[in-house]
Amino acid sequence: MEWLTLFIGPFIVLNAILGIVTYVTLLERKFAARMQSRIGPYRVGPHGLLQPIADAIKLMIKEDVVPTAADRPVYNLAPIVFVLPCMFIFATIPFAPGLGVADLNIGILFFLAVSAMEIVGLFMAGWGSNNKYALLSAMRAVNQVISYDLPFIFAALTPVLLAGSLRLSDIAAAQDGLWFVFYPVIGQLAFIAFVVSTVAAENRAPFDILEAESELVAGFRVEYSGMKFALIQLGEYAHVIGSSFLGALLFLGAWAGPGPEWLGPVWFLIKAMLVFLLITWVRWSFVRIRVDQILALSWKALLPSTLLLLIATALVVVWRGTTGV
Amino acid sequence: MTTAAVQRVELDYTGSERLTMNMGPQHPSAHGVFRAILTLEGETVVGVDAVIGYLHRCHEKLAETLTYAQYPSIASKTDYVAAMTSEFAYVRAAETIGKIDVPKRAQYLRVITSELQRVASHLLWLGTWCLDMGGALGGGATIFLYCIRERELILDLFESLVGARLLYGFFQVGGVRYDLPPDWASKCRETVDLIDQRISEYQRMLEDNPFFLVRTQGVGVISRELAQEVGIAGPLLRGSGVAYDIRRGEPYSSYEDFDFHVPVETSGDCFARYRVRMAEFRESLKIVRQALDRLPDGPISSRPGLKSVAQIRIPKGEAYARVEGARGEVGCYLIADGSAKPYRMKWRGASFSNLSILPHIIPGHKVADVVAIMGSVDPVFGEVDR
Repeated sequence: MEWLTLFIGPFIVLNAILGIVTYVTLLERKFAARMQSRIGPYRVGPHGLLQPIADAIKLMIKEDVVPTAADRPVYNLAPIVFVLPCMFIFATIPFAPGLGVADLNIGILFFLAVSAMEIVGLFMAGWGSNNKYALLSAMRAVNQVISYDLPFIFAALTPVLLAGSLRLSDIAAAQDGLWFVFYPVIGQLAFIAFVVSTVAAENRAPFDILEAESELVAGFRVEYSGMKFALIQLGEYAHVIGSSFLGALLFLGAWAGPGPEWLGPVWFLIKAMLVFLLITWVRWSFVRIRVDQILALSWKALLPSTLLLLIATALVVVWRGTTGV
Repeated sequence: MTTAAVQRVELDYTGSERLTMNMGPQHPSAHGVFRAILTLEGETVVGVDAVIGYLHRCHEKLAETLTYAQYPSIASKTDYVAAMTSEFAYVRAAETIGKIDVPKRAQYLRVITSELQRVASHLLWLGTWCLDMGGALGGGATIFLYCIRERELILDLFESLVGARLLYGFFQVGGVRYDLPPDWASKCRETVDLIDQRISEYQRMLEDNPFFLVRTQGVGVISRELAQEVGIAGPLLRGSGVAYDIRRGEPYSSYEDFDFHVPVETSGDCFARYRVRMAEFRESLKIVRQALDRLPDGPISSRPGLKSVAQIRIPKGEAYARVEGARGEVGCYLIADGSAKPYRMKWRGASFSNLSILPHIIPGHKVADVVAIMGSVDPVFGEVDR
């Protein structure tokens, strides 16, 4: 029976994530609709509550078109390569003390490393489609994701330094008294840098130059349809949700909150959704910026400032002389 | 004028990494059916070939087969985003040949509808332009939906006036077809005030947004010389520092009665064109308010009501009439032969002339700038291809 428990945990987490991702699309659509003085999905089920399910069914029964000139193995494999890292990132996130798939002692390193793997799937999709829009998009993807992974990592490492551990549950526990977002100056700066680089690393507006439907139609996924498109979409949302959970864990005290202990995961989910809505709010308010401006923003502003922030944090930690808050 | 100004910008085509990319005729940001064949080096555009004609509907030939009473409603289909002004140019040409007077009330009604139309057209421009830059799944869509919401209010006004929302047939040789319904003026005033307030909101939303500024400032610069040489008109020309507006330079339809200001910006980039249009919103609303205040009583047409389509006959002669449309000079050249139909008709579409600036300003910019520049030119392909 020992081997069975190995599977049960991941099985539950994976399905919970799939459920959350599906309904997060509805949350985003409703939120965006309110911002734009619309109603949003309303017809399928009460208040459009069944809309994500209808969407999923529609995508599943859609015809799957493969372009004649596509590089078939690469084209077919790309959505899977894309979606896998986006699912793996949830492996090390503890949803409550002791409630997670694997609370590795290098949890955050695993998260950052796996989440950077996303780019392989993106590039495969862009290359395999054999489409000029997709190719340009893949070029931009490599530029952008690599540029923003560094600030993303540096911003995420600030709480690591403050907590003195790479284990995610330790970082959450270290925020017992003071959430890192409230840590004087450093906390707020790191949180801002984290949100900005998350938006950029997830390719969401205003940094969505990969998709850029007004220029590149739909970028790397222009040729995908049906279930493959659904997988790419799923991966993108899962990645954003994963990063939102990470943000809530690193800065907002994870499962800490009033009420009994079993409410922990609920608090965690609420905080992650707040981070997600923050990202969504940014997404629906800004116009897209140009590829050269995105790169300049990363290399000239975000990267040096997060690096300085990291050094400053290190100095604070040394000066404090202890690893506790 | 020096010839240097008109030379097309030709960059080095010899790089081995060139890529030819098709934008259009079916493309999310094509604003209709426009095909731009871009030659790219990496992300930089080195050459652009503009292909037009996908929406050609033989408007000029059609005008020869339709009577003066029939064509105004078809004229609205040239520039379907600013239908009122195309009708205006046509009836003005016919009136110039026939030396037909237009009663003062009709002139004021023409001014009111043209200016409301300009506001509606600029609203659609602002929305689609931001949609081009911001994406349908991003901040652009937010502004787009706001602008569409306001445009609906104007279309509602037109609907209660004419009965149609997009293509009106409101203008008629000798006057206009419908008088204002009761309450229309007060509803119009409310709408104008609301839009005035909302425009300021959008202006703050955009101009306080650094991403919007970096996308528009210094992008697609049209120098004053180039603008005059290529013959662009309207907000593009005024964005390049030329204070030229037909409403001021050659007043028609009682425009001399109104107090308004012709906005001019000197930098010639996308942002300057945006500023000009934002100022034009206010000026148009100002004109509408003044016209409503001073609207004289009297007939709305100098000609008897229409009983048959061939009732209007224009004596032999020819004339060119132009009006300031939302996109620039909309001109109509008409040759009448004394019958109920014109002998020949020629449109000068503002979008067509403005579009010819693209090969001069696009090379050297990034792919993302192409859509920003295209949007700032604000072409309507019904008017380009006719």
